[in-house]
Amino acid sequence: MSQIRTHPLATIGKYTALALYLAFALLPLYWLLKIAVTPDRLIFTDGVELWPSELTTDNFRSVLFKTDFLAYFGNSLFVSLGTAAATTLIAAGAGYAFSRFNFAGKRIIIAVMLVTQMFPLLMIIAPIYRIVANFGMLNSLTSLIVVYTAFNIPFATFLMQSFFDGIPKDLEEAAMMDGCTRFQALRKVIFPLTLPGLGATLGFVFTAAWSELLFALMLISKNDAMTFPVGLLTFVSKFSVDWGQMMAAGVLALIPSCLFFIFIQRYLVQGLTSGAVKG
Amino acid sequence: MGRTPDRRIREVESQAVTTRTAQHTAPGAVRARRSLYLQYLVEPFIYLSPAIVLIGAVMLIPLIIGISYSFQAIDLLRPFNTGWIGFENYLALWSDRKFWIALQNTFTWTFWSITFQFLLGLGLALLLNTQFHGKKLFQALVFLPWAVPTFLSALTWAWLFNPVIGPLPHWLAALGVLSEPYNILGDPALAMWGPIVANIWFGVPFFAITLLAALQSIPSELYEAAEIDGATSWQCFTKITLPFLAPMIAITVMLRTIWIANFADLIFVMTGGGPANSTHIVSSYIFTTAFRKLDFGYASAVAVALLLLLLFYAVVLLWLRKKLVRV
Repeated sequence: MSQIRTHPLATIGKYTALALYLAFALLPLYWLLKIAVTPDRLIFTDGVELWPSELTTDNFRSVLFKTDFLAYFGNSLFVSLGTAAATTLIAAGAGYAFSRFNFAGKRIIIAVMLVTQMFPLLMIIAPIYRIVANFGMLNSLTSLIVVYTAFNIPFATFLMQSFFDGIPKDLEEAAMMDGCTRFQALRKVIFPLTLPGLGATLGFVFTAAWSELLFALMLISKNDAMTFPVGLLTFVSKFSVDWGQMMAAGVLALIPSCLFFIFIQRYLVQGLTSGAVKG
Repeated sequence: MGRTPDRRIREVESQAVTTRTAQHTAPGAVRARRSLYLQYLVEPFIYLSPAIVLIGAVMLIPLIIGISYSFQAIDLLRPFNTGWIGFENYLALWSDRKFWIALQNTFTWTFWSITFQFLLGLGLALLLNTQFHGKKLFQALVFLPWAVPTFLSALTWAWLFNPVIGPLPHWLAALGVLSEPYNILGDPALAMWGPIVANIWFGVPFFAITLLAALQSIPSELYEAAEIDGATSWQCFTKITLPFLAPMIAITVMLRTIWIANFADLIFVMTGGGPANSTHIVSSYIFTTAFRKLDFGYASAVAVALLLLLLFYAVVLLWLRKKLVRV
């Protein structure tokens, strides 16, 4: 967009606003990191200082080697990756169906999927607990994967649908004209083109599963099956004093979602823009 | 809009049936029809069935069971005292003071969260729609809160509000907002603002992303034309930007309101509903009733009440929209 004229005062105001937004966004994360690298004995004296007078990696070391966090981390990674893979596969199928077919009941299915995004999910926490308990699946990571997959399918489906909508129909029709079955056309022509879309969906679902807390809290109570959020929260209520270790654990929890975020970030506005133009 | 394809399918279907039964003239045609029939009716469901089965089994069936729970006494701590009790849970709800407080808190929580998220998100989107140095990095950094797992943002903000290790109480005291650096989250009159601030922090990027996408789809010719006609930038904003954004704003705010009203994680982690139930919203009340008291019957009754309220809200909003669009 072309800048016609900029008043110097307006420029100052703009950069002040930018700085304020940046400070607001980063302050909590910065503080998390700061406490994590502060030695225990300085936490109280350096409480309000912006930077501790001494740095340490002790907190990270003890979190990694003296607590169960590595196990929690592994559990969370397993659940999130499993959920992301299952959801993306299933949602890709459903999104493809919505994008390429007109069929009886399509409107109803879409409406039902939208409704599942609106009702309080906590409403089904009690029934789910009892169903899972009846199957003897409490404290199992598989049950978490199944539940999370179902929760994430509607949104992932709409996302995948918008990616499929962006691929011209002619491509697969040409392939089918040349003798491919629809599934072959999907696999050989469409699939490679949707790789970015699949990646974005994987990222979204992974972050969602990584941060889910309430259902995990309900379904998991055994220490060795705890996911990261559950583990960290029980850690907080059990030993409410070791701030440094908790912050260090928090920093570690941040790493996977930030990695995924950096990866999907550029698709966010892009994807939404094309959606806005169409709709 | 969607009605025509449905009718077309039904026609294809009935044609396929009649060709199969009545006409035996051209076998090739029959097969073609049949494959058309197959294509329209069966094939999409091959792709859809895993999604449908999973959503049905994990969300819809539990939803129905959950509604039925609200008419039963299901308390895992009193396993022999179960059975159908009609509207008793709802009667208990009616006279439950905690529920009414939670309802009131839900309004406070949702209203202030959505207002600030929207205003700050709009500001950020407008800033990001201009040019400046280091914009890509800036965008990635200000959107970062959105990627932080909710339990972690809740813990981090709780820590920031902690007078021992967090700076906020000290800063607020230095500014004269607080008389001394004490824990806001422990003060029933102010505690709600802790989760609200955390929620604002977490939700601004979402609004900024959606609104930025909408901003970028406004044709720039409009601004150029307005510039030529001598419009001020405020006029450009109110006469071009806002009208163009309005539909997007309406739908995002509506969806987000429902989402925030349901969003219990931050409150549960930061305050657990306390002190003295002053920060419970309805959905965190549902969770603690189910999770701590294991009273599934009562929790489900509260959940049904929340569902009805949200449904009512959505219907009113859709009705308003219809009216406004017609005028």
